[in-house]
Amino acid sequence: MACFLVPAAEAIVTTVAAKVIERKEKNGGSVNIDNAASGSKTAKTPFSGKLRWLNTMLWGGSALLLLEHVWHGEVVPWFPFLTAAANAEDAAAMLREMATAGVGMAVLVTLVWAGMVAVSSAIEKRADKKQTAAERES
Amino acid sequence: MTLLITVFAAIICTVLWYKNAPDGKMRLGTLGLMFWGASLMWLVDAIFEYAEKGAEFFTPAPEDMLNDAYLGLSVVALGLAVWLVIILIKDPKGVIKAALQKGK
Repeated sequence: MACFLVPAAEAIVTTVAAKVIERKEKNGGSVNIDNAASGSKTAKTPFSGKLRWLNTMLWGGSALLLLEHVWHGEVVPWFPFLTAAANAEDAAAMLREMATAGVGMAVLVTLVWAGMVAVSSAIEKRADKKQTAAERES
Repeated sequence: MTLLITVFAAIICTVLWYKNAPDGKMRLGTLGLMFWGASLMWLVDAIFEYAEKGAEFFTPAPEDMLNDAYLGLSVVALGLAVWLVIILIKDPKGVIKAALQKGK
């Protein structure tokens, strides 16, 4: 009905957050929060870059789900845009779906992103350790 | 069917991204992430539908399956169109910029 609105709302928040963090990373002299904290020597993806992965998944997913909702006649190009918002009974069902499926979508995408960040951080740390060991040897 | 087609699109994009890495000029990673995002969202939708319908979920009517397949292909087409617009705007290889400069 309108479940895609929940990840879309999260996408707005994460996009703003990514912009703010990116500005801080550039202005603060520390190009990378992770690097500054760990004293890393190897090139790492800054946190704003990692947050952009989440933005892409949320915006992309929401846009493609929007097409599905238009396809099924649940979203229309005229006010109130959501056909379920036309009467109270359908609106209640729509809100229930947003609270269950919509929140579920946002949570699953965020969890997968958190997993991607954890794996990439582990790979970066391993590369950092290897470089430090190679520097000690030489 | 929509979920399945989108998952296949996401897998193909991820394989192509991996094959071309570390050259990310064509932004295949962005396309892959878009399809993965949609796939995860439809997966949640499918779980809720399965919880509601049970085993019936796996035996859709041929007409519904055809409609879902048509939707899946349309979704892939939209994803590719969005990606194409991003590529043309960002112009990572400078092709459009060079063409415009040539025309001057």
